[in-house]
Amino acid sequence: MRRWTPYWLALPAWLWLAIFLVVPIAAMASVSLTTGNLIDGFTQTFSVSNYSDAIAKYSTQLVRSLVYGGVATVIMLVLGYPVAYWIAFKAGHRKSMFLFLLLLPFFVSFVLRTISWGFLLADDGILLGTLKGWGVLPQDFHVLATTVAVIGGLVYNFLPFMILPIYVALERVDPRVIEASYDLYASRLSTFRRVVLPLSLPGVFAGVLMTFVPATADPINAQVLGGTSNTMIGNIVQTEYLVNNDYPTASAISFTLMAVLLIGIFIYARALGTENVLEAAAR
Amino acid sequence: MPEDVPAIELDGVVKEYLAHGETVQAVKGVSLTIGEGEFFSLLGPSGCGKTTTMRMIAGFEEPTKGLVKLLGQDVTNVPPNKRDINMVFQSYALFPHMNVWENVAFGLRRKKVAEAEIKQRVGDILEIVDLTGREKRRPREMSGGQQQRVALARALVNRPRALLLDEPLGALDLKLRQQMQTELKRIQREVGITFVYVTHDQSEALTMSDRIAVMNDGLVEQLADPREIYERPASKFVAGFIGTSNLLSGTVDAVDGDLLVVRLGEHDRILVPGQAAAGDTVDLTVRPEKITISTERPEAGLSMVQGTVGELTYLGTYNSYAVALADGTEITVFQQNAIDSSTTAERGDTVWLSWRPQHSYTLS
Ligand SMILES: Nc1ncnc2c1ncn2[C@@H]1O[C@H](COP(=O)(O)OP(=O)(O)O)[C@@H](O)[C@H]1O
Ligand SMILES: [Mg+2]
Repeated sequence: MRRWTPYWLALPAWLWLAIFLVVPIAAMASVSLTTGNLIDGFTQTFSVSNYSDAIAKYSTQLVRSLVYGGVATVIMLVLGYPVAYWIAFKAGHRKSMFLFLLLLPFFVSFVLRTISWGFLLADDGILLGTLKGWGVLPQDFHVLATTVAVIGGLVYNFLPFMILPIYVALERVDPRVIEASYDLYASRLSTFRRVVLPLSLPGVFAGVLMTFVPATADPINAQVLGGTSNTMIGNIVQTEYLVNNDYPTASAISFTLMAVLLIGIFIYARALGTENVLEAAAR
Repeated sequence: MPEDVPAIELDGVVKEYLAHGETVQAVKGVSLTIGEGEFFSLLGPSGCGKTTTMRMIAGFEEPTKGLVKLLGQDVTNVPPNKRDINMVFQSYALFPHMNVWENVAFGLRRKKVAEAEIKQRVGDILEIVDLTGREKRRPREMSGGQQQRVALARALVNRPRALLLDEPLGALDLKLRQQMQTELKRIQREVGITFVYVTHDQSEALTMSDRIAVMNDGLVEQLADPREIYERPASKFVAGFIGTSNLLSGTVDAVDGDLLVVRLGEHDRILVPGQAAAGDTVDLTVRPEKITISTERPEAGLSMVQGTVGELTYLGTYNSYAVALADGTEITVFQQNAIDSSTTAERGDTVWLSWRPQHSYTLS
């Protein structure tokens, strides 16, 4: 009987997943195939045209979201890797302090943080106002309501999710293995390229997943920091649901986004998760 | 290259670490010379500075004071990737994301050796360490002994001027360790490279080395060949650390030519070569297997002490007696197991212990 214990212990988690993930998804899937409106009611028509209509109407925002999410993820990788590297190898006994600092912003709500970024980037705010006062920037310079602001906000909000998994992977690299590389005539650069980087790839993989998916689907940054030309797919879902009450369209968009992300992740996992990259590094 | 240029020279090397705001001297001034092709061991208890010494030779640590020379050239400030020596790490430190072949080829590839030559040399070295056919394995798919041989091959394939090995057999079980000792010795003869071998296992150092530096607390206590280290330990520490030895302390009664006559108890008379004056207190040592145990008074001209047999232990090829002297000193005696496996004395018997004067040494 004892061997069943782990399953019993896992049961609450399975139930949780079933009730709060599987059921809503199934319900949404069903809603996405209905027609009608809030006043007359929705009927299950299995009309696939919800999807084709939604994609036709919002393909711009969908593509924009993927581009913003992708660009933000690349920037986070470029910014985050060195930070993770530095904390893992150079921070010494202050490691835990830096990790804490990294998590500190999470003690403030996500929306509030984004709004305060809005203040910071306001046309005549602390940053731009001061710089304009000094004459460093022209008077008509602005950041808010631009692509730069939205991507900047995404980077700012999700960066810790890139750094932490990379840090964990680097932290697990045996320092003796790095020394062995130096001992075997490798320079610093080639030690990084052939040993450290390949061994940290699982962390990079996790970091990219943990940032790209939520950044692409995020509505808050575009809403608070972006303008009318920066609408992302998350905003569309929100509007269709809460403002237009067009549940079928909102559900169809959500599923389309989910499908696109899953396919993207799958391709990405095939490219990076396999031995290919490691094999290239070994040469 | 002239014959007399040593492979490795350490000249007054000191290494200090800053730990919790305090300066710790891990190595307190080590000078030694290791010849080309020598099997040289650094032997000592854990924490005595062996690894630190070796890491300074490899270039991972810079000495606080002193010089490191390779083949007569000062390399004190040369980084490890520019030193023509390789290291075998205690934990092997194989590249986990590479297979055996790639691990072994790593150094040659960094040195931009032609691919055809790499193929040849990696193949040859894998044959020497008996790993042919396992090229595609990952380190985690191999046993400890196999990983050990990969680590060895990965270093040897570069044909370094010297190979540094930090307790390379420490993680292996006894049987495999003994097998690898023989194996290492064979490989060293075959490739003719200088080996610097770090170990805390005295029997390992004694069986494998041409010369041994016994280290204690950041200093070299004795540097000699295994026979001399064993037979003539230079200090109390070395005598105690290497094998089983008996330490005796007594007063010089008289000086008889180059022999000191030392008295312990009433019937005891120890003759030992050494320099001292009558009335001085001296420490001396004698190995358990040099002592003869008997129930009759030994012939004159031998050192002799009287005592009572305490513990008697049967150890297969020999018996071990613990004999307590009148002053409480305990002496261990090994006696070869005779054909009829009889013992000379039993627990509680009064016995004479005797040995030749030249088998005991005074200690500093
Ligand atoms: N990086 C370091 N920082 C502080 N102390 C160290 C460091 N490395 C070694 N030590 C100290 O130096 C002494 C010698 O260490 P080590 O050379 O590793 O000894 P061994 O290899 O003989 O066991 C030990 O007391 C150890 O604690
Ligand atoms: Mg050590």
